[in-house]
Amino acid sequence: MAQARVIRGSALAGAAQDRAVWQVRLVTVIACLVAWEALARSGLFYRDVVPSILAVGDALWRELVDPRFYRDLWFTFAEVVVGFAAGSLIGVAAGILLGTRSFLRRACEPYLNGIGATPKIVFLPIIFLVFGVGIESKMAKGALSAFFPAVFSTALGMMLINPVLLRVGRSFNLNGWQMVTKIYLPAMVGPVVVGLRLAMGVTVIGILVAEIKFANFGLGHRLMNDYSVFKIAPMYAVMLILFALAAFANWGMTRLQARFTYGGSTGGEAFHQTPR
Amino acid sequence: MRTIARFFASPALAGLAGVAVLLGILEAAIRWGWVNRQIVARPSDAVASLPLLIEEEDIFANFLVTLGMTGAAALIAIGVGVPLGYLLYRRRVLGEAYEGWLAAAFAAPLVLLYPLFLVIFGRTYFTLIIMGFIPGSIPIILQTRAGLSSVPRTLVNVGRSFHVTSRALFWKIMFPHAVPYIFNGVRLGVMYSLVNVVAIEYLTDFGGLGRIVSNTYFRYEIPSTYAAILFVIGVSVLFFWGFNRIERWLRPV
Repeated sequence: MAQARVIRGSALAGAAQDRAVWQVRLVTVIACLVAWEALARSGLFYRDVVPSILAVGDALWRELVDPRFYRDLWFTFAEVVVGFAAGSLIGVAAGILLGTRSFLRRACEPYLNGIGATPKIVFLPIIFLVFGVGIESKMAKGALSAFFPAVFSTALGMMLINPVLLRVGRSFNLNGWQMVTKIYLPAMVGPVVVGLRLAMGVTVIGILVAEIKFANFGLGHRLMNDYSVFKIAPMYAVMLILFALAAFANWGMTRLQARFTYGGSTGGEAFHQTPR
Repeated sequence: MRTIARFFASPALAGLAGVAVLLGILEAAIRWGWVNRQIVARPSDAVASLPLLIEEEDIFANFLVTLGMTGAAALIAIGVGVPLGYLLYRRRVLGEAYEGWLAAAFAAPLVLLYPLFLVIFGRTYFTLIIMGFIPGSIPIILQTRAGLSSVPRTLVNVGRSFHVTSRALFWKIMFPHAVPYIFNGVRLGVMYSLVNVVAIEYLTDFGGLGRIVSNTYFRYEIPSTYAAILFVIGVSVLFFWGFNRIERWLRPV
């Protein structure tokens, strides 16, 4: 009886806590909107630098009904899909190789860490020289960004595999391919999915940055186009859409991660991530 | 023969030899015309253009500009991030309300905010610093909260049993336990500040090292472009290595 009362009490406390958390979030959103509108009306900045919320909302609607927006969205989407697929596939394959060959891993590690820690944007000139300034260079930039989180997480996942599983595989005389498909991949699916989630985030960022620098299409280009002709409200609208799309991609990958790892994630593992 | 075998038995030396062989192959392939030298610079040309880069672009002074921007951004990030992390630890509701948002912001393309600051502050150092500060502060806030939350209950109870003040409890017990976490956040924060400062320099053609990479490419000075990229890689490696050494010193076990 007393135990039931304690459980009910803690459940009520948990519900009150959840309600308080949501209240804080709601108050924060409202405070941000009010502060933005106050700033827009204050005259502290040049006219249109901080447009009113209504102007941004109107620009957002205009973007969403503009067919050219969907053309740009399609280009960015295609670049993200191809860049992410190519970079993560090569990264996972390289991670498996490095995870199974300790000597090779120790030989390559300083160089991979070094390039992994470098801002990938500085490689854009090389990518533009090799692939041109078309869609291929954006895909290549996405692949380069995706590669590093994928290879690091996979190699780490390989090292964390229970040695008993490996011995079981060997005792069944599995060949290399069977070891990869039957032992390695199922045993390290958690770290690999975490790596892929991080890879997705940096791929989106890498591609948008490449589009900002040099492109005639894509949402990054659209954003810079608005900025260069001082269409500030549409620029904020595109920015909002991009943040929403990035959040959606992150949410999708987090859901996938939750399926393969124990418990949810609040992003703590993001701190093993390499710079984009 | 045995000496060569012993040489390659060391992973570090084998890695070095592998890089040297790859560079040799690239040098030969470009020299023999298998790879277009208008696209890929010969490694020897890239190295040879370094003195020119030092003389014409004053790369060391520009390195100091990037370092200064990163340092300023990181210092503000630490100054803001650690107290905010503490606040999110102390006020549990705030911590739970904002932690998910902060983690999501960390994965968001924050670099896209730079036109906003360009519009407000123009192409100034302030834009570089603020664009370095925003992504740099997030890991510091989250890791400070994580570090303080991870202090074992027993340690806090020991402190209370000695009737220490709340201030002493924080500085003598909680903070020392959280230092490795906070440092991990600082390491990531500084790396992200550096990445974003270089990225904005490159995108806006303003500032230090990122601007040099952009300028040499636009002048189509291919060997100099490669040399500038190598220099940025060197700086990043130096940062990465330095922070790893400090982290190992802070967490010896």
